[in-house]
Amino acid sequence: MKDQLDFMTQSVTSGKMTRREFMGKTAALGISAAVAGSMFARAAEAAGPVKGGTLKLGSIGGGSTDSLDPAVAASQVPYHNLYQFGETLVNVTPKGGIENRVAESVEASADAKTWTFKIRKGVEFHNGKSVTAEDVMRTMERHSNDDSQSGALGIMRGIESMKTDGDNFIVELTTPNADLPYLMADYHLMIQPDGGFDNPAAGIGSGAYMLEADEPGVRHMWKKNPNYWDDTRGHVDEVEIVVINDATARMAALQSGQVHIANRVEPKVAGLLDRAPNLTVRNAAGPGHYVFIMHCDTAPFDNNELRLALKYAINREEMVDKVLRGYGSVGNDMPVNAAYPLFDDSIPQRPFDPAKAAEHYKKSGHDGSPITLRVSDVAFPGALDAAQLFQQSANAAGIPLELKREPGDGYWSEVWNAQPFCASYWGGRPVQDQMYSTAYLSTADWNDTRFKREDFDKLLFAARGELDEAKRKALYSQMGMMVRDEGGLICPMFNDFIEATSSKVQGWVVDSTGDTMAGKWSHKCWLA
Amino acid sequence: MHPVVKLVSQRLALGLILLIAASVLIFVGTLILPGDVAQSILGQSATPEALANLREELGLNEPAVLRYFDWLFGALQGDLGTALTNGQDIATSIGRRLGNTLFLAFWAAVISVPLAIFLGLLAVRYRDRWPDKLISAVTLASISIPEFLIGYLLIYFVAVQLGWFSSVAMINDSMSLLEKLNAIALPVAVLTLVVLAHMMRMTRAAILNVMQSAYIETAELKGLSTFKVIARHAFPNAIAPIVNVVMLNLAYLVVGVVVIEVVFVYPGMGQYLVDHVSKRDVPVVQACGLIFAAVYIVLNMIADIVAILSNPRLRHPK
Repeated sequence: MKDQLDFMTQSVTSGKMTRREFMGKTAALGISAAVAGSMFARAAEAAGPVKGGTLKLGSIGGGSTDSLDPAVAASQVPYHNLYQFGETLVNVTPKGGIENRVAESVEASADAKTWTFKIRKGVEFHNGKSVTAEDVMRTMERHSNDDSQSGALGIMRGIESMKTDGDNFIVELTTPNADLPYLMADYHLMIQPDGGFDNPAAGIGSGAYMLEADEPGVRHMWKKNPNYWDDTRGHVDEVEIVVINDATARMAALQSGQVHIANRVEPKVAGLLDRAPNLTVRNAAGPGHYVFIMHCDTAPFDNNELRLALKYAINREEMVDKVLRGYGSVGNDMPVNAAYPLFDDSIPQRPFDPAKAAEHYKKSGHDGSPITLRVSDVAFPGALDAAQLFQQSANAAGIPLELKREPGDGYWSEVWNAQPFCASYWGGRPVQDQMYSTAYLSTADWNDTRFKREDFDKLLFAARGELDEAKRKALYSQMGMMVRDEGGLICPMFNDFIEATSSKVQGWVVDSTGDTMAGKWSHKCWLA
Repeated sequence: MHPVVKLVSQRLALGLILLIAASVLIFVGTLILPGDVAQSILGQSATPEALANLREELGLNEPAVLRYFDWLFGALQGDLGTALTNGQDIATSIGRRLGNTLFLAFWAAVISVPLAIFLGLLAVRYRDRWPDKLISAVTLASISIPEFLIGYLLIYFVAVQLGWFSSVAMINDSMSLLEKLNAIALPVAVLTLVVLAHMMRMTRAAILNVMQSAYIETAELKGLSTFKVIARHAFPNAIAPIVNVVMLNLAYLVVGVVVIEVVFVYPGMGQYLVDHVSKRDVPVVQACGLIFAAVYIVLNMIADIVAILSNPRLRHPK
């Protein structure tokens, strides 16, 4: 029987046997479907990419209001659409490095203030025009000019001037930034012809797939770009993104074989799905975190003793167990974790300590009136449950926490960044500098904890210009400790990205930098 | 003027007034929602500059009254404008979505209306005997279970376990009629179950009501069969209330199926409206609201007109 099996797996590896045949023959040998499925997957993986087929993603986060304009993409479906037709200067690799895409090389001046991106030759837009340094500069202009509505506006702010020189696109920064390539990998910054000034939502870029059908809120069809420059990517002929916002419907579509990949699997069903013979749950520890945020400048949270009391009063392990069902890790009241390069893992973990919480609460001199925590399930999946757990553990420490359930509709405009204490989430950023600059710098637009500290800002700028990695790491460690001990962030947990795929999907890579292989599922996966 | 014509034209005028009143209500409703369209488009990633730029571009700084009348006159000329959020032409998008919604509603109606009336007649024929009780029990059970649960149950057993129909009822232009019917089989089944009980019980009650009349007794004394008495003598006189409840359920099939659309991922009007409400896309919400209001008003009008026409006292005025 072993010989037969070896022969069959070889046939699969050399592409002579389909999944259906393989499953049929192994069943005849009395092998269970689950075992045969994983044998098939291993054999097919070893064979290397297979070309052709239609790869289908069932995705949350789409609506009939969606547009293909990269500037306004904010939820999952627009994000995945961008990665079909567009390409950025560079990508962040699954391990957190930088990989050149439209840029062929990236060079910094010694002070990290001037950056030169050499544009790759032979890269073509879908309209047949070659990608030039001029197109790159126009793209950056569109995302940084005064009329921009771009989600990337914040990260473009450190740019002093931009120019082109032949094939080179040159950026001059106001202050040194050793992490500029990471900023250029932002998904909003897809290179478009003439920067997308004329028709940003046309879906024309230099990516591996070209627009075939655009039905916002329903589905998006993409077909292979025959002139794509990189033949190691983009294996399937067609990519279909089906909008399925309802979690149960999304899982049913995956189980009944109507889509190959379903994103945003709820932790409570992930274990069950993984037991199904033809499905695989793919989870990756990421930089995303579920949080409770306090405004450091608003009473009663302007009192650091009270903030510490609340930080000690949360049971992090319990939350990871009960809200994330183990698909995540414990947070330490700072926005970074091991998913970041230069993370200092020697910073001690803050435990759940009711006695200490009570002590700090007493020291804070709070009058004993209930502290209101605003929460809604749109803040993060399971936010209500998490808040209730928090309420219980805080009450055990003698801190009267009161929950106010807010409507999901309008939560991001009326509650988050507006009310002094609420539940929220952060998707994380590729590097620590960007995470801190986005939400902890005194002048940051999204400083949702109102953490305004000059000494912290100074450390941030020093680290940004520091090219010596050891020194940078020490600076980031210092900053992390400041946020942990004095900031307004209560971070009980980091959530994994959880997706599920059918066993036909091969070439999956664990990528901790973003949702669904950081958007690159269609670039790297193929269908067995 | 003939009283029937007078009543019908009065009814039509009332419909038009209702429609305009509805448009004002919808507009005010969209104004009092928390947050505005710019904030909702940009979501958590809104910076003050980006917000200000987007508000300026979308004309949100103009007074609300002015925006309302701009829109109303446009709509009267058949121009519904473009969606604020993604710049798509509203009339084109709605055309496709409305087509899908009507397609689903049509097939649900084709199955549920005759079935409900037939079951109603059957229940009257075997009143208080086991077929009546069985029909009542089954239809009442199906109307009492939340529709999403019926949907999920069907998806789990029929789509996932048995693999007979697809769980995603997504239809597009490249599909043949047969493929489309296959795709919508499950949502049609759920909708049928949901609207059946209401129509069936109304039919049963209306006919039973008529059955108390003296002329039914006469018909029975003439020796006509029970079924003939019901079908030929009782049913025509119970048409007005039956049409009323049928129209109400047809309206529900067009405007009330958003839960079914979510569960089965069906690209209809409900989903379209909800997406735009959550992004505060006022022109689209207005347009959808008006269409929904029009559907309700027209169907109710038809019910009233049928009731008027089926009333012999009006048809033959003294």
